[in-house]
Amino acid sequence: MIKPKRPREGNGVALVPWQDPDATPLLRIEGVTKNYGAVYAVDNVSLDVYPGEFFSLLGASGCGKTTLLRMLAGLERPSTGRIVIDGQDMTDVPPYERPVNIMFQSYALFPHMTVEQNVAFGLKQERLPKTVIVERTREMLELVRMKDFAKRRPHQLSGGQRQRVALARSLAKHPKLLLLDEPLGALDRALREHTQFELVNIQERTGITFITVTHDQEEAMTMSSRIAVMNEGRIAQIGTPPTIYEYPANRFVADFIGAANLFEGRVTGMEADNVLVRCDSPECDLLIHHPQPLVAGTPVTVALRPEKLTVSRRDKGHLTNGVRGVIQEMAYLGDVSIFHVRTEDGAVVQAQVTNLGRLAEPKLTWDQEVTLTWQTTSGALLLA
Amino acid sequence: MADDQRRAPAGLSGLQSPRSGGFLPDTLFGRIWRWLGAVLGLPRLLGLARGMKRLGRTAVTSVPYTWLLLFFLAPFAIVLKISLAESVIAQPPYTALVEWTEGAVMHIRLSLGNFSFLFQDPLYVDAYINSLKVASFSTLLCLLIGYPMAYAIARAPEKLRPALLMLVVMPFWTSFLIRIYAWIGILKNNGLLNNFLMWLGVIDEPLPMLHTLFSVYVGMVYSYLPFMVLPLFATLVRLDKDLLEAAFDLGCRPFTAFLKVTLPLSFPGVLAGSLLVFIPAVGEFVIPDLLGGPSTLMIGKMLWTEFFSNRDWPIASTLAIAMLAFLVVPIVIFQKVREHQAEKEEQA
Repeated sequence: MIKPKRPREGNGVALVPWQDPDATPLLRIEGVTKNYGAVYAVDNVSLDVYPGEFFSLLGASGCGKTTLLRMLAGLERPSTGRIVIDGQDMTDVPPYERPVNIMFQSYALFPHMTVEQNVAFGLKQERLPKTVIVERTREMLELVRMKDFAKRRPHQLSGGQRQRVALARSLAKHPKLLLLDEPLGALDRALREHTQFELVNIQERTGITFITVTHDQEEAMTMSSRIAVMNEGRIAQIGTPPTIYEYPANRFVADFIGAANLFEGRVTGMEADNVLVRCDSPECDLLIHHPQPLVAGTPVTVALRPEKLTVSRRDKGHLTNGVRGVIQEMAYLGDVSIFHVRTEDGAVVQAQVTNLGRLAEPKLTWDQEVTLTWQTTSGALLLA
Repeated sequence: MADDQRRAPAGLSGLQSPRSGGFLPDTLFGRIWRWLGAVLGLPRLLGLARGMKRLGRTAVTSVPYTWLLLFFLAPFAIVLKISLAESVIAQPPYTALVEWTEGAVMHIRLSLGNFSFLFQDPLYVDAYINSLKVASFSTLLCLLIGYPMAYAIARAPEKLRPALLMLVVMPFWTSFLIRIYAWIGILKNNGLLNNFLMWLGVIDEPLPMLHTLFSVYVGMVYSYLPFMVLPLFATLVRLDKDLLEAAFDLGCRPFTAFLKVTLPLSFPGVLAGSLLVFIPAVGEFVIPDLLGGPSTLMIGKMLWTEFFSNRDWPIASTLAIAMLAFLVVPIVIFQKVREHQAEKEEQA
């Protein structure tokens, strides 16, 4: 949503670092694999993270995202591959010698120490002068608005307060890289939304590179500069939130991020920058924007987001980029309504309509015959 | 609560207060319910059931109290009574506490002489101090040996843990007395250990190990080690692994992390284990008697001598009461710490 920090694109003013060939990454993961016998938790992952990024590892539980994060922290050793942080090979460096801090999902606050002592803990290990420790601790507690709770113990705090203390503690040492394992996982919904913005805000103010692990796609979309979608230990796609959403690289990403109708078919021809696709179920012809030429007969999948479909009651006859069907299910969600439309050949297509007006009597209802149409730029053509 | 019930519509809340019809609101349903109840004698029936329930609950909770009363408090009172009497050559060998003389005058004789005698004779004071010293050292040794053991078991693979714990508990399957006698066989001059050392050529003549302070410590540590290991294990195994990882992450080397996180968080286990070792060790009689020499002065042994050899029951009782007083203090401290901890956990 709000991303004032993200570098502006275009006019050659500033390239985003991941598009700039001269930019040096802060973190470089090179072919990292972690296997327990025949079980591969992380399978040949390579990615670069640039300074100042808010990078998210997104995936379902068990996809290896937490294992990858733990390897970055040094709590787990990769079976093969290299981890380079700020130009230094960190693969075999123990956690206590890495310029990296992690915020645990459980927060892992020391129960026998006060809030203040928790935050100062890492600084004391560095044997910094006492005045520096006191000053830095105060500064961190101010940053997370927990100054008034300095003398409390973790068990006297609420979940949200604990989360902020954990954040302050992991930020106190000014790490080059801050790792966050499901940072908002333990918070309730209202607090989570508020904290998302606060987390982004703190990241911008401190300038520290954040890498978070999350299974919540909305959270990843809101906060991240880039997202790596992970599936079964591998990276399915890396990209900015809009790229991931609008141009999913494969079926897994299209399906995992948001809802998508997946139309399987074959290329029948090219028309300027568009590809003509013949789909069998639901039976229809699609014309989809895709600048790269494709050979006729290539099997492809077209992903269409439900909100990109237009629902109309008029029968427009046979047309490209459109199907006819009957409303089988509908759900009114307030801001939007979701329709499941069954086509003649039995396929079900999902469409989402924004409720613009306040309708006493909805125009669309069950068993109504409708036409679903879309634009050539609405869909994403997937080869995998 | 009563207010809520009054406001609540007639329903099950009425059932729960059968004897107080007033709680039922004056609705049609309420009236019918009360009438039905009166006709069927339901209120009395329910009241009876409740009485039975209360009786049952009292019976269950009274079991431990009865136990304590019969087997702890009553004997304690008897011992206390004897400690306030004087030794006589009679049957029983002490004076009565209450005597009736002519004219129905009740004489109560409380002799505090035994207590002052304890402090006058340096033998008793020395025995007490020695007992505390031996018990403290044994506790410390148990802690030093038991902590790494408990730590290793807690960190062992989960599948191995029951087997390792079993090994700790296994000695209990043999009688305590037999195990102590076995140590005599090991430690005596032509015992297993001396023979083995001579066979190795480390020593030329047997080392006098039995009937020394050394053998007492061997026996103490050997016997009480499980009592240290088990509570320590229970604390260490529950320790959140994330906390240790957080310490590493914040710059602690493994040993520093242990000192700053594991050790302070395992303190309740250290305390519990130490008390479980220390308290019985202070009053230990069998080990110093069998493994200790004539110079091993311990209060348990003194007690035995006073009671069986000297047949001075009042002094023996006084020794027991004084020992109890010594031991109550650490128990009270332990209880206080535990209450404090429970409070903390409740808040969390």
